[in-house]
Amino acid sequence: MDFAIFIKILIAAVAAGTPFVYAALGELVTEKSGVLNLGVEGMMLVGAITGFIAMAKTGSLLLAVGCGMTAGMLMAAIFGVLTLTLMANQVASGLALTIFGIGLSAFLGLKYTSIALPGIPELPIPLLSDIPVLGKLFFSYDILVYGSLALLAIVSWFLYKTRAGLILRGVGEAPKSAHALGYNVVRIRYIAVLFGGAMAGLGGVYLSVAYTPVWVEGMVAGRGWVSLALVVFATWRPLRVLFGAYLFGAITIAQFHIQGLGIDIPSQLLSMLPYLATILVLVVISRDLTAIRLNSPASLGITYHPENQ
Amino acid sequence: MMLAKKHIFSVCILAACVLGLVLSASAAEKLKVGFVYISPIGDAGWTYQHNQGRLALEKNLGDKVETKYIEKVPEGPEAERVIRNLAKSGYDLIFTTSFGYMNPTLKVAKMFPKKYFEHCTGYKTAKNVGTYMCRYYQGRYLAGIIAGKMTKSNTLGYVAAFPIPEVIRGINAYTLGARSVNPAIKVKVIWVNSWFDPGKEREASEALIAQGADVITHHTDSTAPVLTAEEKGVYAIAYHSDMSKYGPKAQLTAVTHNYGKFYTKVAQSVLDHTWKPEAVWSGIKEGSIKLAPINPVVPKDVVALVEKTTKGIADGTFKPFHGPIKNQSGKLIVAAGKSLTDKDLLGMNYYVEGVQGSIPK
Repeated sequence: MDFAIFIKILIAAVAAGTPFVYAALGELVTEKSGVLNLGVEGMMLVGAITGFIAMAKTGSLLLAVGCGMTAGMLMAAIFGVLTLTLMANQVASGLALTIFGIGLSAFLGLKYTSIALPGIPELPIPLLSDIPVLGKLFFSYDILVYGSLALLAIVSWFLYKTRAGLILRGVGEAPKSAHALGYNVVRIRYIAVLFGGAMAGLGGVYLSVAYTPVWVEGMVAGRGWVSLALVVFATWRPLRVLFGAYLFGAITIAQFHIQGLGIDIPSQLLSMLPYLATILVLVVISRDLTAIRLNSPASLGITYHPENQ
Repeated sequence: MMLAKKHIFSVCILAACVLGLVLSASAAEKLKVGFVYISPIGDAGWTYQHNQGRLALEKNLGDKVETKYIEKVPEGPEAERVIRNLAKSGYDLIFTTSFGYMNPTLKVAKMFPKKYFEHCTGYKTAKNVGTYMCRYYQGRYLAGIIAGKMTKSNTLGYVAAFPIPEVIRGINAYTLGARSVNPAIKVKVIWVNSWFDPGKEREASEALIAQGADVITHHTDSTAPVLTAEEKGVYAIAYHSDMSKYGPKAQLTAVTHNYGKFYTKVAQSVLDHTWKPEAVWSGIKEGSIKLAPINPVVPKDVVALVEKTTKGIADGTFKPFHGPIKNQSGKLIVAAGKSLTDKDLLGMNYYVEGVQGSIPK
C-alpha cells in the first residue's frame, strides 16, 4: 500500500470517527456523574432526523446543529425523568429509550427518505492546509470535525481542571458524600444527562447532514452502541475516546481499501473487523483491573435515593 | 316484536345484497392492480423506477385501471400477508417487485387461482404467476464504452451490493464495454454487502477514488456514489434512475430501468383475457433499458459509437457477451464468433479479464 493511500485512509478515518467522538464524549460526562444511559443509539437517531429536517427546510447548519442537540436533550430529559426523578432502573430505561428513538426517528423521517442535501463544505485552514501531506491530514476538514476536537479540549479541561468538574466526578464517585457536602446530586446528574443527550444528538446531526447527507431509517446503524463501548475502551479518559474513535473509523475505512486493492480476503470478514476489534480491546483492558477501577465512576448505574440517606 | 326483528333482519340482508351488486359491478369496470415495493419510493432508485412504471400504466390505460401500492414491505412472512391482503381485497393483478417476494408470491397465487401475479427478478413461474426482469447488462455495456473513453487513469470503480449473477453480469458487461474501446482498463470492485446503505456506499466510493478510480458506478440503491463523485470531482455512472440532479457535473449517464410499457402490456392482456404466465427478459429493444441523457462533456464521436452500439443491440446484430471473451486468468471462455446464451448469462459466476480481485464466496 503506498503512502498517499495511507494518508487518505487516515483522513477518511477522522471523518468516520467523528460521530463517535461526539456521542462518546457526551456519554463519558454522563457516566462520570454516575448515570449509565444506554439510549445513545436512540438519541443519535432522533438528533440525526431533526437536524436533517432543519437542514432540508432552512439550509442553515447552525439551525440543524441547534435542533439536533435540542432533540437529543429532550430524549435525554425523558431518560432523566425516568431514572433520576422516578428512580427507574437505568439499564432498562436506557434500552427503552433506544427502542423509542428508533421508532420515533423513523416516523419523523417518513417524508424525508431519499432527499439528498448538498452536505457541508470542507474548511481548509489557510496557510496550514497548504503544507504538503500534513496540511491535508490535519487542517482540511469540515467545521463539525474541528468542533469535535474543541469539545474534547473543553471536556478534558472541565473534568480535570475546574471545580465544577471535580464536583461532577465527586457525584459519580460518592453521591452520599456529595449530598452530605450540600450538593444537589439529582440536579447535577440531570445536567450531565442532558449534556450527554445534546452531544449524542450532535453526533447524529454530523451523520445525516455532513457525513452522508441523506436520511435513511436506522442510519446510525449501531454507532450509538459502539460509542458506549468506546467509553469503556477509553477507561473513561477523554483523550483515549478520541484515539478509539479514530481507530474504529480507520478499520471501517481500511476494509474497503483492502477490497479495492484486490487483496483476497472475504468482504464479509472485513465487515466484521471493526466489531471484532471492539471485543478484543474490551477483553484486553478488562484484564487490567486497576486501570478500570481508577477511572470508572464508583456509583455508575446505581440509582440514588436522596430521601433514604 | 319478533316480526319487527325479522323485518329488520331481512331488510339488512336485502341492503347487503344490493350493496354487493353495486360493488361487484364497479369492480368489473376497472382492473385493480396492486404493487408491492421493498423500499420507500423516494426520488431515485429501484422502487422509484417501479413506481414510475405504475404511473405510466395509470396514464396509458386511464379509467380502465385502478392502482394501489404498498411500500417498505420486508421480504418474508410479512410480504405474504401483504400480498394475500391485496388479493383478498379485490386486486386482480399484483406485481411483486423484489427477489425475496418469490416464494410468498407463489404461495398466495396458489390460494387465489383466479388472480394474476407478476414477480420481478424471480425464476419460478406458475399457472397464474409470470416473471419479468430487464437486461440491465445491455445498458451496462453501453455505459462501459463511455467510462472507458472518459477515464484518464484507466481505472474504473464499481460499488457492488451482493455477489449474485445479476450483479456479476453487470460488472462483466461494464468491463467488456470499457475494454472494447480501451484495452488497458482495470475495474476495481468493492462489495458493501447491502442493497441500500448510503454510509457504506460513500465510504466504498471514497476508497475507490483514493485508489485512482476516476469513474465510479454502483449496483446499490442510494445516490451516495454519485454524490461522492460530484464532491470529489470525478465522473459517475448512475444506476436505476437518472441522478443528474445529485451530480450534474459528475454523472456521465445513467442506466435506467423503465417498466411502464411492460406494466401497460400486462394489464391490457388481463383486460383482454389473453394473459399467459411468461418469463419476460426485456432490454433495449423493448425500451426497458435506456441510457439517461449523456453529459455534454462526452465527445461526439463517443456518443455516436454508443448510439451505433445501441442500435446493434436493439436489432440483435450486436451482443455484449460475444466472443472472444477471456476470464480473469486470461483463459478463453467464449470463442470468437460465439456468444453466451441466456442460460449462461443467468448463472454467471466468474469475472472477465480486466476485473480485479475475486468474487466473495
